[in-house]
Amino acid sequence: MSGSHSGRTTVDVRHRVGFGIAPEAKVLAVLATVAAVVATRREAVWAFVALAGVVIAAAMAAYVPLAGLAKRLTIEIPFVAFAVLLPFLGRGERVDVLGIDLSRAGLWGAWNIIAKGTLGVACTLVLVSITTVPDLLKGLERLRAPRLLTAIAAFMIRYGEVIRAEAERMRIARISRCDNARNLWQAKALASSSGVLFVRSYERGERVHLAMLSRGFTGEMPELGTTRARRRDWQAVAGFPAAAIAIAVTSWIL
Amino acid sequence: MTLVEFRGVKYRYPDGHQALHGIDLAIEAGERIALLGPNGAGKTTLMLHLNGVLSPTEGTVTIGGLPTTKENLQEIRRRVGLVFQDSDDQLFMSRVSDDVGFGPANLGLRGDELAARVDEALAAVDMGHLAARPPHHLSGGQKRRVALATVLAMRPEVLVLDEPSSNLDPQARRDFANLLKRLGQTVVIATHDLPYAAELCPRSVIIDGGRVVADGPTSELLTNASLLRSHRLELPYGFTIPQS
Repeated sequence: MSGSHSGRTTVDVRHRVGFGIAPEAKVLAVLATVAAVVATRREAVWAFVALAGVVIAAAMAAYVPLAGLAKRLTIEIPFVAFAVLLPFLGRGERVDVLGIDLSRAGLWGAWNIIAKGTLGVACTLVLVSITTVPDLLKGLERLRAPRLLTAIAAFMIRYGEVIRAEAERMRIARISRCDNARNLWQAKALASSSGVLFVRSYERGERVHLAMLSRGFTGEMPELGTTRARRRDWQAVAGFPAAAIAIAVTSWIL
Repeated sequence: MTLVEFRGVKYRYPDGHQALHGIDLAIEAGERIALLGPNGAGKTTLMLHLNGVLSPTEGTVTIGGLPTTKENLQEIRRRVGLVFQDSDDQLFMSRVSDDVGFGPANLGLRGDELAARVDEALAAVDMGHLAARPPHHLSGGQKRRVALATVLAMRPEVLVLDEPSSNLDPQARRDFANLLKRLGQTVVIATHDLPYAAELCPRSVIIDGGRVVADGPTSELLTNASLLRSHRLELPYGFTIPQS
């Protein structure tokens, strides 16, 4: 079984403070904070420093190690990498930075993407560090996300692991018989095992559907569990989006 | 009291394959019965008729006097709990408690009543401590027990299990057998594991070619070597049926 799975976050969170807070409160708080980050005026550099402070405070309040958080932030690199090109490709007024001729608008554009992207990802990482995947889906469901979509996501997570394990067993069976997918003439085995995996997954889907029908499924996922966010859950998280919104508003006033 | 009754049940799959050729079978309340037979005999097809997943193309199936017709399906599925061979097919939610709650929630239970039903079912299989775990983190034995809890939560009158001993280590196999005995419900087991059938089920039915070819005390059927051989069944090497 892989270390990455749906029941835990990617780290062990059960000792962390935020774990006990109702997921819908956490999801809404993060959404509001990210919206505030996006709405902040890009030229207000101080505001981004303050917003970073808010995110760090949230991480510290939830006992999420900052070093680990910083390391996991690297997942955004492929997504913001193109921003580095903007100062070179941008038009308009040019400025000289360390002897390099760069576009002023491009520099602000790159700063905007990197600062907001980084803060947005950091907010999300704090959320997933203190919330299990099933809880995240439950939170989204309680915030009235379409149940069909959350059910599809839940099925993907549940069976992704099963299918991955099946693919791994097939790979071991292939290489045990001296197969090497790097050899072009042996690609047929890889292709046919992919096809077999698809058919097996399809058949499993049919069996799962039978199992659902057997337990009274009529086409709509039932609502499970009733424990909803209480006042103390909202109070526990409200401070962070409130501070972020205040900073965003001030960035346009000052 | 007859709880399950098959009368002249025939079933033909949409591709034309005739899987059942006129099954007549009655199961009394509280019985534990084994469905034995070679691969492709029609055991799974018969099982799927028990809770109306498949409907006979001819004949009738009744559960507690209620025919498995479309309008009775919800009640039939409450009365008959089906546990599939591969627990990964049965456990499709991302948390054990949600999976156990799925059936009763489909029956309309909500809130505290639903939570109590989940707790009760998990306690019955001694898995209450795993309620918050995702199913794919459980061992094979734990998955099998949780799969049983998913149907126990619907308070069924009949438990139907497809190959309940498959892929279990000896200890898990033993624990699961003890659990089934403890539950004391009407149980139908489809299996190739003849010692398991001998241990759990006083009565066995052999199915071959979509027909009931033998029905009687398990100890009698399993000591009839020529009967077993003619239907591609055999006891493991060195195993003898204890005489009661």
